[in-house]
Amino acid sequence: MPKTINLTINGIAVSVPEGSTILQAAREANVDIPTLCYLKGVNAPGSCRLCLAEVKGMRTLVAACLYPAAEGMEVLTNTTEVREARRINVELILSNHDRECLTCVRNGSCELQKLCDDLGIQDIRFKGEDPTLPLDEKSVAIWRNPNKCILCRRCVSVCKNVQTVSAIDTVNRGFATKIGTTFDKSIADVNCVNCGQCITACPVAALRGANMLTEVQDAINDPDKHVVVQVAPSVRVSIGELFGMPIGTRVTGKLAAALRRCGFDGVFDTDTGADFTIMEEGTELIHRLQNDGKLPQITSCSPGWVKFCEHNYPELLDNLSTAKSPMSMFGALLKSYYAKQKRIDPAKIYVVAIMPCTAKKFEASREELSGAGYSDVDAVLTVRAAARLIKSAGVRFDRMPDEEFDTPFGIGTGAGAIFGATGGVMEAALRTVSEVLENKPLDKIDFDAVRGTSGIKEAEITIAGKPLKVAAVNGLGNARKMLDKVISGEAKYDFIEIMACEGGCVTGGGQPIVDAKTQMDIDVKKVRAGGLYDEDKSLKVRKAHENPIVKKVYEEFLGEPCGHKSHKLLHTHFTKR
Amino acid sequence: MPDVKTFSGTPEQQSKLMEIIEKQKNVRGSLIAVLHEAQQIYGYLPIEVQEMISKGLNVPMTEIYGVVTFYTQFSLEPKGKYNVAICMGTACYVKGAGKILDEFKKELDIDVDGVTDDGKFSIEATRCIGACGLAPVLTVGDDVYGRIDEHNVPAEVAKILKNYKEV
Repeated sequence: MPKTINLTINGIAVSVPEGSTILQAAREANVDIPTLCYLKGVNAPGSCRLCLAEVKGMRTLVAACLYPAAEGMEVLTNTTEVREARRINVELILSNHDRECLTCVRNGSCELQKLCDDLGIQDIRFKGEDPTLPLDEKSVAIWRNPNKCILCRRCVSVCKNVQTVSAIDTVNRGFATKIGTTFDKSIADVNCVNCGQCITACPVAALRGANMLTEVQDAINDPDKHVVVQVAPSVRVSIGELFGMPIGTRVTGKLAAALRRCGFDGVFDTDTGADFTIMEEGTELIHRLQNDGKLPQITSCSPGWVKFCEHNYPELLDNLSTAKSPMSMFGALLKSYYAKQKRIDPAKIYVVAIMPCTAKKFEASREELSGAGYSDVDAVLTVRAAARLIKSAGVRFDRMPDEEFDTPFGIGTGAGAIFGATGGVMEAALRTVSEVLENKPLDKIDFDAVRGTSGIKEAEITIAGKPLKVAAVNGLGNARKMLDKVISGEAKYDFIEIMACEGGCVTGGGQPIVDAKTQMDIDVKKVRAGGLYDEDKSLKVRKAHENPIVKKVYEEFLGEPCGHKSHKLLHTHFTKR
Repeated sequence: MPDVKTFSGTPEQQSKLMEIIEKQKNVRGSLIAVLHEAQQIYGYLPIEVQEMISKGLNVPMTEIYGVVTFYTQFSLEPKGKYNVAICMGTACYVKGAGKILDEFKKELDIDVDGVTDDGKFSIEATRCIGACGLAPVLTVGDDVYGRIDEHNVPAEVAKILKNYKEV
């Protein structure tokens, strides 16, 4: 047990474990200290100087996000001196900030905007230089606006320390300092994997997802196009937040209803695609296990991870499952099986995917992902953009009835639902693989060992008398740690699930942005994942191979998993970068 | 984007750099030392050289680029054979460094950080080089010129340049 420290914050007595900062202690005392560069577990450089506080007996103000609480300390956070120091610092940040708040993509979700409101800043005494820098909007996934950047470095920390990608860093010095890439290249032309964690870390709008909203709206209004939408598993536990609901609220039925009212011709569930992925990927694993194939098999449904592998671990490309991601698989089936069923020319089908992910935008742009002769997916919207689509269509989300996805092609299972949480793909695959190999129903279908939010989860499972060593990894930094061990031979596995983002898709780069304050109180990835496991429990069918539409499509159209037709439609390949 | 000139490193330069990287690659915090030596070898730090260092030291490219752009002594552009570095520190400045800089710019027909067409001279305006007793002071390559007569700048500059004209 760590020692307890007793101190006062604005006269309120509080006890915290040794090692806590003043900021954490103040939180315990229900005192709010403003922050901007601080992001729990990611970034605490103490550089924005907004969390300044007075400690009795200290000569200068201290940065509460870094300064350790000590026994008997008397902290004051609301003195005239503290308030004036914060005000000056905010005004200096604002003095050269691009203040086009009305048309800003973060209007209403900007931490700087909120800070100005909280601190009552209504005039700016300083006029800074206006160094208008070029925008970087070349990438299909991530756009950068350096003029909105406040140099907090939350993006750099998450890219470099959490993801170990290092696509961006601090460049130049003094007034010329900016966040940039090597030799100022576009983010599209460097080793960025498009995970978008920089976007959800950014307190302002210096980073955002590439905007495709207008294209989607135009497609919906085009009478010649048959526009269908598919929704990723994790979206149903997050999009409600953008309509004022608590984090993790399940809104599956409302979402289906709202999208239908936006004018889509078909409203489907990527969970169905996930079930196909399990059939293909599970069968692939069985083949590899039975035919001395290359092991470990590593999942490939996380496009951030796939590009990371292509850049950093080309020697492992043959270990990646060739099964396409649920999104692309479902897109390919929409443009083949569904087109045939509906007697629609696949060229006229426009597939929109609502994804928790910015890397999915890049995945959709991959030329090799066009199984039916057309791009599997035509446009990817982040959860944030999808909420904008619903709002701008005048659909009152909170008043929506609970509706179903379109049947029969929209039937999903609990196995598909949990794809959105780290360990979910592994669990869904194990449910199917073990029943296929053992030829009898599982006694217990929950695989608790691969659940939870720790970075690396390992388990040894016995299937058909044989031990199977599996691991589920989330966050690319954790993936790097594990893969280095796999390559050196220090660790051996049969099957590894890797998700680029910590927590999996529930905290992907396309998800609603949760401000740093809320993140101090709530473990977002845990709460949203909880919603998905509840969804899984609530569904009648919880195994991919028992999904009636999956069975039907294999019988009528695909033949068998990993067969000739599914190879052409549902599998892909990877390239060294 | 900096104007990247065509890279023309020789195999000799590369093997020299590799030797340095080999020596330093397990030393923590060796990046700046390696960058210094690399700049000595190549005269500047183009993307190709930074990539070799990135691979060799296993340090991300962005981090190297960040360090190179942070410190003014590192250059992304090739310098002239003779780099004229004029000290702009306070002592030199009040003793006429500005006039000396202008005279070099006029005589060589280049701007600060520019290189003459023949690649012979370049001009750099440096921060205080710590030789205030010699103010106003400048260096050309490794040669130091101090206490330049601020009332006779054109003649002084001509005299300095003459030392390098026929080399």
